[in-house]
Amino acid sequence: MDSSAAEKKPLISVENVSFNDGYGPVLLDITLPIHEGDFLSIIGPIGSGKTTHLNIILGLLKPTRGRVRIMGKDLEEFADWPKIGYIPQKATHFDPLFPASAKEVVAMALGPSRLLSRGTRRREESAIRHALQVVGMEEFKNRRIGRLSGGQQQRIFIARAIVNGPRILFLDEPTTGVDAETQGYFYDLLDRLNTQEGITIVLVTHDIGIVDKHISQVACLNQRLVYHGSHGEFCRSETFKDILAGGHLVSHRH
Amino acid sequence: MDAFFTYGFLQRALLAGIFIAVACAVLGVFLLLRKDAMIGHGLSHITFAGVALGLFLHMMPLAVALAFSVLASLGIMKLKESAGLYGDTAIAIVSSLGMALGIILATLSQNFGVALLNYLFGEILAIEPVEVWLSMALATVVVVLVVGNYRKFMSLTFDRESARVSGIRVRRLDTLITILASVTIVLGMKVVGILLVSALIVIPAAAGLQLASNFKAAIVLSCGVGLVSVIAGLALAFVLDLPASGMIVLVGFSIFGLFFLLRKGKI
Repeated sequence: MDSSAAEKKPLISVENVSFNDGYGPVLLDITLPIHEGDFLSIIGPIGSGKTTHLNIILGLLKPTRGRVRIMGKDLEEFADWPKIGYIPQKATHFDPLFPASAKEVVAMALGPSRLLSRGTRRREESAIRHALQVVGMEEFKNRRIGRLSGGQQQRIFIARAIVNGPRILFLDEPTTGVDAETQGYFYDLLDRLNTQEGITIVLVTHDIGIVDKHISQVACLNQRLVYHGSHGEFCRSETFKDILAGGHLVSHRH
Repeated sequence: MDAFFTYGFLQRALLAGIFIAVACAVLGVFLLLRKDAMIGHGLSHITFAGVALGLFLHMMPLAVALAFSVLASLGIMKLKESAGLYGDTAIAIVSSLGMALGIILATLSQNFGVALLNYLFGEILAIEPVEVWLSMALATVVVVLVVGNYRKFMSLTFDRESARVSGIRVRRLDTLITILASVTIVLGMKVVGILLVSALIVIPAAAGLQLASNFKAAIVLSCGVGLVSVIAGLALAFVLDLPASGMIVLVGFSIFGLFFLLRKGKI
């Protein structure tokens, strides 16, 4: 971690977090700060606790020990969830016959109701339009979500995750089952969100192929945090070599 | 046509039927997409016990059925969560319990056979004025709550995990939708009877989902099918002197068939 980042208050801090699922430890003593502007990839073999770690940050699971702070607040007190964008691993596993248009899916992340004042409705419309433009899906807004391709659906889910103008975006294994070309577009899009829209990106993946191009920080989990640092150092690190040698992770470095 | 304006009972049936049809149709879309279509069937059986108890105790059967249905729906939710049962197992257990209680109560007080039959097969034409007002009020509450929470319900139904992270209190909404379902079942029971009430919830929604390309369209179409079913069903029943409940469901099914063929491009 470079020194300027260390001085800043982290956007999210995971402090000494352990998690036991009743069968045994899943995570042990994880301490991981995430700073504004980071493009962090949390990698690790399947079953290494990556998703559990993410679910703890998102408040979906309660840690057995330790604590999580989001934007300076304890997780229990944090209420500004619209500022957190999230795309779950199973996002594309929805019911393909679900009768929602792409636009309606994006709108799901917005406020509680449609019975709003005209001003609010106009603001919502423009937020939806902007989100759809960012992911390049405006022309498909009226298409039923189940009739879009996997890559297009993924872009709609990104639009849904950014429609509230979040400060941080979490993605859990977003490219599972997506072809290489679509993946390329997808990571370029994340890069654009990171650099142009200023959104901090946290990407959970067992695919370290993307590490090369876009990631600024890498955290490698295997029950414990075995590595955390810049991407450049990571590629030269023993951890990386171990992982490649062990064949635990998918690698297709370009 | 004049008959509708001459006979008070027809007006009452139509008025209550319209309100109840809309409530069933709106909620039905959510229940179907949540794969909860069978909850209507299950709750209607427990409602049978409620009605039997109401008649047994000489209390308003609709009110007792309402209490029974709400409690049972919460019971099903609890069973699903804590007993580790599959969704329809909990429904099957609770609905058979309801039927069993109903049969026992019916046998214990042998003199209300006809009244109970009316509840089983539906007798909207015999709806009493106080029941019309109660039905209209409850149906309005159901529709207002669903429309008011429309986006949250849609989000929860589509992607539960994202809904949770976006700050939606999913458990609270689950409870709300379950209670609304139980109230709607009891209302629907008045129109088509215990045995057919799930049709009022499932058929319009299923028909709407055949043709809808977005969520709003699904709701609007479902309501349309529900309304046409009740109005045309009542009219046909009156003209042909056949049971209203059966005609309402038949009209609904015909529209479903039509929409199905339209979607398949067969028409």
